[in-house]
Parts: sequence; structure tokens; C-alpha cells
Amino acid sequence: MIYLLVLFPLAMAVLALASDSNRWRPWLLPLGATGQLGLVLAILRQSPDQTPVSGLGGWLLLDPLGKVVLGFLTVLFFLCSLYAPGYLALRADRPNRVFCTNLFASLAMMTLVTLSHHLGLMWVAMEATTLVSAPSIYFNHNARSLEATWKYLLVGSVGISLALLGSLFLAYSSLKSGLDSTLLFDQLVRDAPHLSPPWLHAAFALLFVGYGTKMGLAPMHSWKPDAYGEAPGIVGTLLAGGVTSCAFLAILRIYQICRAGPEAEFARDVMISMGLLSMAVAAVFMVRQRDFKRMLAYSSIEHMGILVLGVGIGGLAAYGALLHLINNGLTKGVLFLSAGNIHRAYGSKLTDDVRGALRRVPLSGSLFLIGFLAITGSPPFGPFVSELTILSAAIERSYFLVGGLFLLFLGVIFIGMGATVLTVVMGNPPEHVKPTTFHDNLSTGGPILLFVALVLLLGLYIPAPLETLLREAAAQLEGYP
Amino acid sequence: MIQVFDILIILAMTLNLVALGASRIRGVINAVALQGVLLGVFPLFVHPDIEPHIWLLIIVTIVLKGRVIPAFLFQAVREADIRHEVKPVVGFISSLLLGAVGTGLAMMYSSTLPLTEEHSSMLLVPAALSTVWTGFLMLTTRRKAIMQVLGFLLLENGILLFGLLLLEAMPFLVEAGVLLDLFTGVFVMGIIIHHISREFASGSTEHLSHLKE
Repeated sequence: MIYLLVLFPLAMAVLALASDSNRWRPWLLPLGATGQLGLVLAILRQSPDQTPVSGLGGWLLLDPLGKVVLGFLTVLFFLCSLYAPGYLALRADRPNRVFCTNLFASLAMMTLVTLSHHLGLMWVAMEATTLVSAPSIYFNHNARSLEATWKYLLVGSVGISLALLGSLFLAYSSLKSGLDSTLLFDQLVRDAPHLSPPWLHAAFALLFVGYGTKMGLAPMHSWKPDAYGEAPGIVGTLLAGGVTSCAFLAILRIYQICRAGPEAEFARDVMISMGLLSMAVAAVFMVRQRDFKRMLAYSSIEHMGILVLGVGIGGLAAYGALLHLINNGLTKGVLFLSAGNIHRAYGSKLTDDVRGALRRVPLSGSLFLIGFLAITGSPPFGPFVSELTILSAAIERSYFLVGGLFLLFLGVIFIGMGATVLTVVMGNPPEHVKPTTFHDNLSTGGPILLFVALVLLLGLYIPAPLETLLREAAAQLEGYP
Repeated sequence: MIQVFDILIILAMTLNLVALGASRIRGVINAVALQGVLLGVFPLFVHPDIEPHIWLLIIVTIVLKGRVIPAFLFQAVREADIRHEVKPVVGFISSLLLGAVGTGLAMMYSSTLPLTEEHSSMLLVPAALSTVWTGFLMLTTRRKAIMQVLGFLLLENGILLFGLLLLEAMPFLVEAGVLLDLFTGVFVMGIIIHHISREFASGSTEHLSHLKE
């Protein structure tokens, strides 16, 4: 069963590669995504007292943390796949064989990351995710997207190489202590108190920088604005929600090992300071941002910062961070897809040309505005709940300075992002920009509405099974058995 | 035996500096390829008894790093018709100095990392760290896409050097994964270099500067 989770999307990738019709191929995406959603739901519904889903002699295992990320990824991919046929029909001039194949392949690799309980296998899956998502960024085949792809690939590969070096350091730290050298996650957590501290210290630093690069934490974020700015909205959503969440999961795995060993304090301090730094960098670059797709990339850097900050604070904030992973990813879906629609409608993504989106594309314009309100933490949307949880945990654990800075950065970002978003949606469309043939319709607006519905639902009420799963995952992260 | 090994490691470290100081792209490819071949031989010194899968690793490393990847890069050089790194961000002399300083620092830092008894005399850790550092320098200070790929290869060589310490303990699968990944990484980058040279006719990432704040 567990192998099927990876093999099914791979089979769909092969099918997409073999399919000959540029017109019908995109419909494989919703078809395959529905199948994957069914598979994942069947596995998640399994009662907890049954033996855990595992394979390859412990290399693959689905634990609560993995379940949270896997369930979220699958829903995200499903909603994106509903958007794909409508979008690719608009881009009928471009061949989409490589695009569809790579989307399925990256789904398979992201799923493999969530299942991996072996740091080497997880690393291979993360690297494969980088490689297969690169061609999707180059979808538009122009000089700018080429530049974005090159930076993404190069910076991503360097980051992932550092993560490999860190994994080897980790293995050596157990060898030095006279233990069986291993990269099996569960054994490392068990052995953590005996690992050689200098090696573990260096390993955490390298792994954090390495996977942090993939996650897009400042100051390793340089690829992010370019890649998100040039990639189609659907790829932006999958990168900002999916790939970054996988990298976050990888960091959580390392954190769990440090948490159980002598380097717990060091790991927490690093996560809190890097989280705040990412929020600060995002706040600086968000102000007066003229390109609204690049603005979304800075928003992603901010929220990646919030995630590691929450885990660094610990306690209830760890729960908040996991909830925020879901809220942020779904809200990014609203923002990237509606921004993509607005981009289509104007043929530009600069605020010099794009104004009055509410008049020209009322649905996409209002969804973009709602997405902005949600992502900046306005009630009654999901991110408000998770950010409040993290803030109250910070105060409760007497991190007053951290909590204060958190609020300050959120405030600056609200104002900075608001200025750009309001310029885009309000006012009248400028005369010099001719309307394109793009109009709001069900195929490009409907999936975004579903994203909004989920974000709103999570702000009002968290379903009981999700709540249980999040609590289990947070307990696992905090080291309670 | 150990002395021969130490000499070979020092030779591999020297190749880092050769790669940093050279402006001819063919020269750098040759230096990196030679380092790759040396890396391929190293398991013979590290591993006391050579099992069949170690032989496989040795052969695969030598063929991949010494033959396949260089051939691929030479082809890219021919196709794009580029011979020299023209204006590196940091000059050749300065990057040589930075490389030497980095090697010294790597020596100092690795002396603070405790090694197991059978590894304590080896130069592998400083060699690995200095090669990773050299790779970083090449990646950040060179403008030609192909030089950046060579920097990435050096970075990978450094990681493989460190991996030798774990050769006995680590499962073969991870080692094979490393090589496989390296190959696909270079392969995908090669395709993009092809696109860059078609788009701009000089294979230089200098043109890739539209996207910035």
C-alpha cells in the first residue's frame, strides 16, 4: 500500500509522457490527483492502533508528522490539478507534455519525502523534487524564466549538497560515539543522547542551511523571488506550498534528533533567530514592491520564517506551526492562482500597468484581495488562528522580545503588502494597457474558491480528525511518546 | 601505504587551487576530472578488504567523474564556443588567495572535530572541507554557466571525500544515490546551459541579470 502512494503518481507521469494530445493531456492531472487523494484518505483513515504503515525495512514509515504533511500536500495538489486544465487551455500554444509529466513526478517525490524515515533516502527524494520541478519554472521558455530556472537549480543544488554533507556528518557523529553508523531516523532519535556533540553541532548547522535553502529562509532565499515571479501560478503554488513544506519536514526531522540529544538549546536558538531574520528580510523587501508575483515570494519567505519560529519556541507554538503549514499553503493557493489570472488579464505583473483588477476581472481581483487579508492574519481566516497560537505560546513561554518582534514584522508586512495589493485591485485599469482575451470563468476561478472555502473553514472550525492528528504530530515533535 | 595516500590527498587539494587559478575552461574541466579519478581510487586506501560492491563504486566513480561528465562538459564548450572565463567577479589571483586561506581554515577547524582512532591521522576531513569551500568560490565568483557547474562538481567531490570516512559503515545504496544524483544534476544543468547558449550565444550568466530588486 505504501509503495502505491509513490508508484501511482509515477505511473501517471509515464501516462502523461506517453499521451499524444496537447488538448486532452491536462485532464490527466485532475484524474490522477483524485486517485491519489482517494489513496491517501484511505491510508489516513486507518485507525491508530493498527500497525503503522511501513515498508523497505523501516526506511519508509508514515508517522503523525508525515501524515500531516502528506494529507496537506495531496489536498493542495488536488485543488491545483482542478485549475490546470483551464489554465493550460489558455496556454494552448505551448506544449504541456513536460509540464504535466513533471507535476506528477514532483508529486511522487514530495510524497516520498513525507514517507522517508531514512535521511539518505529523504535527501535523494528532496534532490529529485528540485530536479523535476525545474523544467516547470521554464514553462514560458523566455530569457527571464531561463534565468529563474538557472538560479533555482544552482542555488537549490548547492543547498541540497550541504544537506548531504550534513547527513554524512550526522552519520559520523554516531560512528565516533562507537554506535552503529546509520541514517535510519528512528535509530538516530534513540541514539541521540550519545551522539558526538561537535559533529552533531556541525551536522545541524549544515542540514539547517541546506534544507533551509530549499525552504527559502533568509539569507538563503535569493532564488525564490525569481522562481516564483517567473513560474506559472500553479507551479508557484506547488513550490510555495508543497516543496517548501517538504523541506520544512526535513528540518523537523533533524530538529527531532537534536531535540532528543545534547544540542536541543542550540537548535531552538538557531530556529528562532533565523525565523525572525526571514520575517525581517521579507518585511524590508515587501515595502514598495512593484511586481506583485515577487511580492508573493517575499510573503512565502515570511511564512517559512514563521514556521521555524513556531517550532523554535516550542510547546503550543509547535502545534501552531503545523497548523500554519496548512493555512499558509492553502492561502498561497488563493494568492498565486488569482495573481496568475490577473497576470493573464493584463499581460503584465507590475503595478505600473496593473490597476483596477476588481473592474477588469472582478472574481480574480476580489479573490486576490481576500487572499491578502487571509495571509496577513486577518480574522476570520485560518492564518489568523495559527499566528495567534504561536504568539500566545511565545508570551506564555516568556519570549517577550520574540513575540514583540513577531507582531512588529507582521504589522510592517501588512502595510507593505497592502499598498501593493490595493494598487493592483483598486482604481481604474490604465488606458495604455490593452485588455487581453482573458475573462474570469468557472475553470480558472472555481478551484480558487475551493481554496478560499478551506482557508475560511480552518479559521472558523478545525475538524476533529485534523485536530487529533495535529496534536499527535506536535507531541511527536516535542518529544512526548 | 598511508604515506602514498596522504600524498594523493594533497595532490587532490592542489587541484582545487589549479581549478581556481585557471581561466581556460578546458584546463578547469581537466583538473576537476583528474580530481574525480583520484577520488575514485581512494576507497582502495580507506577500505581494508575490498568487497565487490566497493569495486563497483570505484569503477562507477572513475568512469562517471573521469570520463562521462568531462566529455559532456567538453561537448558543451564546443557547442557554445566558449574558451575562457573572461571577467570573473573576483579575479584569479584573489580567488587563489581566498582558496588558500580557506584551506588553512579548514585545517584548523577539522582539528577541533574528534575523529575515531583509525581515522585520526587522515587528511580527509580538511581536504573535504577545503574542496567544498573551493566549489563555493567557483560557484559564486565565476560568470560562465559552465564554470558554475564545475564549481558544483568540486562541491560534490568534497562531499564524496568526506563520504569515504563512512564507506565501511554506510549502506551502498546511499553512495550509489550520490553518484546518480550528481549525474542527473549535471545532466539537467547541461540542458539548461544549452538553452542559455542558444538564447544568448555566449553561455554566460552575465546576461541573466534581469531579475533583481
